[in-house]
Amino acid sequence: MALLEKIPLVSIGRGILALLAVMLFAAPWIFDPASLQILTELLCLLVLAVMWNLLAGYADIVTIGQHGFVGIGCYAFYAFAVLVGVDPFLAVLLAGPVALVFALPAMVIIFRLRAAYLSVGTWVVAEVMMLGAGKFSAFGAGLGVSLPVSVVRRFGSQIVERFTTIYVMSLILAVVAMGATYILMRSATGIGLTAMRDNEEAAGTAGVNLFRSRVICFLWTAPFLGFAGALITLQKLRIAPAASFSIIDWTVYVIFIVVIGGVGSFEGPIIGTFVFFVIREYLQGWGVWHFIVLGCAAIAVILIEPRGIWGILRRVVPGDLIPVSHSPRLTTHTKPSSKWQSLKDRLSRKPG
Amino acid sequence: MMNEIIQGILLGGLYAMFAVGLSLSVGVMRFVNIAHGDLIVLVSFLLLTLTTRLGLSVIAATAIVIPLTFAGGYLLQRLLLQRVLSRNNNVLAIVLVTFGLSIIIQYSLQGIYGADTRLVSGGGIQTATIVVGGGVNIGVLPLAIFLAAVALVSALDLLLYRTRLGARIRAVSDDIGSANLIGLPSARIYAAAMGIVGVTIAVCAAFMSVWTNFDPTSGSSRLLIAFEAVVLGGLGSLWGTLAGGIIVAVAQSIGAHFDAGWQLLAGHLVFLVVFLIRPQGLFPK
Repeated sequence: MALLEKIPLVSIGRGILALLAVMLFAAPWIFDPASLQILTELLCLLVLAVMWNLLAGYADIVTIGQHGFVGIGCYAFYAFAVLVGVDPFLAVLLAGPVALVFALPAMVIIFRLRAAYLSVGTWVVAEVMMLGAGKFSAFGAGLGVSLPVSVVRRFGSQIVERFTTIYVMSLILAVVAMGATYILMRSATGIGLTAMRDNEEAAGTAGVNLFRSRVICFLWTAPFLGFAGALITLQKLRIAPAASFSIIDWTVYVIFIVVIGGVGSFEGPIIGTFVFFVIREYLQGWGVWHFIVLGCAAIAVILIEPRGIWGILRRVVPGDLIPVSHSPRLTTHTKPSSKWQSLKDRLSRKPG
Repeated sequence: MMNEIIQGILLGGLYAMFAVGLSLSVGVMRFVNIAHGDLIVLVSFLLLTLTTRLGLSVIAATAIVIPLTFAGGYLLQRLLLQRVLSRNNNVLAIVLVTFGLSIIIQYSLQGIYGADTRLVSGGGIQTATIVVGGGVNIGVLPLAIFLAAVALVSALDLLLYRTRLGARIRAVSDDIGSANLIGLPSARIYAAAMGIVGVTIAVCAAFMSVWTNFDPTSGSSRLLIAFEAVVLGGLGSLWGTLAGGIIVAVAQSIGAHFDAGWQLLAGHLVFLVVFLIRPQGLFPK
């Protein structure tokens, strides 16, 4: 352990994160279109993971209905870009507010449920959204419809140009989503959320308005899910109830990513997303069995270390890589280790 | 329309069967088992194997499966769920573990049986009908399912309120601290309750697999219907759950009457409307 203390693990961790960030910013110049497309997917999933973590890890809203708002974003983008005929870039920007509008009635329903009932309630709401979306013939009813070429061309007539544009938009979304959520976590509301994560009853007793915090978080995530939906539609080039509202892609994978990475920390979803994309290449060869591996891994994580990979790393890393808390935390690793140290401390303290 | 309502009520029997097990685990253990629907589908596939491979009748296969599901429920609660519930008493852990279980069951079945839809042969009972007159025909199988659902709810009601085990289950469910204090083996009682849930799953799977098509992924929709029936009925109320199942089924049946594509959506929408009017359910405990 003494050796570990000498290694600046926090700085190394931050260095790795910074390298990943630099790689993502430089990606359009480094990678070929195929890799860029994978990174676009990564960024969209990262946004979904950060949002799910905010709800499940902090606000105690364990949603299984995240795909509902992603799907609303997909359909809202199509509605504005194709049916209304506004500029497709503007349609992307409108997808978020539309998801927010849908979040209001959804909230009225699910906030009447508690705990695990709330989880299934979010699923029912998402199911209603999916089934409802399949009833509109303007959106291709149950089968869905492809984006017209004119809309797709607006993002670049060449395939390389288009992939780069969509990638840059995803990068902007990820930066805004994570930056804004970081600021939220550092605000008074965020401190309350961290308290809720640690002990909900105590947080309530200490004056955290639990209901208000939950409402803020739920409404906070909806527009980001909607924006992600619009960008996902741009990659898939079509909308369809089963694909746009896919519970597997936008909820199940996201849950596995956050749980394995580390729920209830800012680093967890980031670690989880990168780990998921690294192992995904191998997993795909396993067919349906890769879901079983992920499911078992998630259950094992909950039983062994509920804070995931980051929880395991955090046992040796003495601080948060992305500090969402304010005061420098005194950990077991920084306590005075020898009696000389404590003597020095005592001497340096001012008398009186 | 009369016909749709009658068919809906009979279908409600099946939905109530999906839901009584969930209602029991919600009422006693106070958690929602997200894998509930997938467990029903798992047992249905087990019955499929027993009837096609060994040539058993559905009734014989069910008789074999019931002790297995009791043991399965007992062990699931004892070895996995109880650990999660006692160690970290938060919603996140139990939702994620049962959700993970749900995914594991779905894709294991898909890996073993493929994604095709299946139906277990009931030996001619599926097509038998009773002509009532006035354009109403009642299928023998739906009627049998409805009566079985009523019998199942009555049996569980008797078990919970007239037997020693039932009294213990209720004691642990009402106040686990006091139950432990007077020396009740709460972990074993919970496990026994989950074993009983397992038995309801087997009975339900037997009827479902004969009447409706199922595939490895159909557990989720069964869970949502079961959940709606439980919430509509009032959490923990078994007879309420039967009423909730009937409401969802009648809504689906009437929705399908106007447009076949509206069956599922009509059920969910009626659930949401009734839930907004009476969030505590129709027969709250």
